[in-house]
Amino acid sequence: MKLRKVLELIEGKLITKNVDLNQEVQMGCGADLMSDVLAFTHEGTLLMSGLTNPQVVRTAEMAGIKAIVFVRGKIPPSETVALAEEKGIPLLASKYTMFETCGRLYQAGLPSCGLFELTLRRWREAFENKG
Amino acid sequence: MEQRTAKEITKLQELAYELKVGQAMTKEVITVSPYSTMAEFMEVLRVNRISGTPVLEEGRMIGIVSIEDLIKALAAGELNATVGEKMTPNPVTLYADEPLVHAVSKFSELRFGRFPVINRAGELVGIITQGDIARAMLRRLEVDYHEEEIHRYRASHIFEDIIADEIALVFGYRVAARDFERAGEASSGLKRTLSRLGIHPRVIRRVAVATYEAEMNIVIYTDGGEIVAEVRPGRIRIEALDKGPGIPDIEQAMQPGFSTAPEWVREMGFGAGMGLPNIQASADEMKLESTVGVGTHLDIIIYFDERKGT
Repeated sequence: MKLRKVLELIEGKLITKNVDLNQEVQMGCGADLMSDVLAFTHEGTLLMSGLTNPQVVRTAEMAGIKAIVFVRGKIPPSETVALAEEKGIPLLASKYTMFETCGRLYQAGLPSCGLFELTLRRWREAFENKG
Repeated sequence: MEQRTAKEITKLQELAYELKVGQAMTKEVITVSPYSTMAEFMEVLRVNRISGTPVLEEGRMIGIVSIEDLIKALAAGELNATVGEKMTPNPVTLYADEPLVHAVSKFSELRFGRFPVINRAGELVGIITQGDIARAMLRRLEVDYHEEEIHRYRASHIFEDIIADEIALVFGYRVAARDFERAGEASSGLKRTLSRLGIHPRVIRRVAVATYEAEMNIVIYTDGGEIVAEVRPGRIRIEALDKGPGIPDIEQAMQPGFSTAPEWVREMGFGAGMGLPNIQASADEMKLESTVGVGTHLDIIIYFDERKGT
């Protein structure tokens, strides 16, 4: 899904300058825990987050996140914007909640990042291998 | 495929903004006098294999004359007419210091074959055709490509070029305690370095995730430390060392969700007790040793042949 389409669906605003809105994001992830962003995303993910400190951008850089949407009407501080511009990671903002922002995108066909071995092993132990 | 085309077009657009008209234009401009005949002008075009020239009178540009004017003159049997009579007066010009994209849009808007280029003093300094624009962009792309090639060569062939029984590249990064401003810079530096070495992006992502978690642990919980990455053919080893205070119960620390993080760390999105499990999930091998009062030594290995999925 192109960033242009993302902005349209979430009625969002672009925060960083010089963004190519034709860039594609392959999937989405909503998280406020940075370790979860690192563990439960893939390269090319669009991240929805309510956290606006510069570490979100650092985390995105490490995880290969394509772009970040700040939800619940949060606007990031200038340090965050400056770091994102330096790293070439587009920042977007949505006035909607995490649930609604993700929902709008998912409904329009943006897939999730799928399931992850990290937690699936424990899930299977807890619920599937009991019998 | 589509994405690649889009990227290349973007690259060209970028170049059109970056390059100036003056960098693309032909500097040696062939000109004619308004008093030359159209027959003489035809000879100028033929000899120089061009299709139009500015018209200069006493060093001042007063018009432009092209092969189309010549064809009209030929059709009308007016080869003895002067250039001054047949030229287009007051031609549309471009400034040498304008971005090339202005030239691109003028060509598509006015559909002229060429534009004279002047400096801000109004003096003729060159002429530009669509061919000049294409050549300038190709030249620039070639330079960029060449630089990238050199860059990649230096890095990715390094192991083949070094003759030794054992090769290791070591990169060290210092990590300051509780410096959130710079937290992540070590991992960011390592990530960029590895991508210059030509290591596969999926391996780099695993290294970046593990290193970043380790770096955040040093920043949040310790009195500072360092990260040392050692790259050998086929694998990378990352060691994170700190000066304490140390972990009293490693088994407990490894439990997903276990955390001793204070509230201010949690507010920043860290300290959820997933750091060490994340490192373990990203690494092929992991060793964690800690002595309370001395420090912690994390040692992980990631192989380039991807034993572990993402």
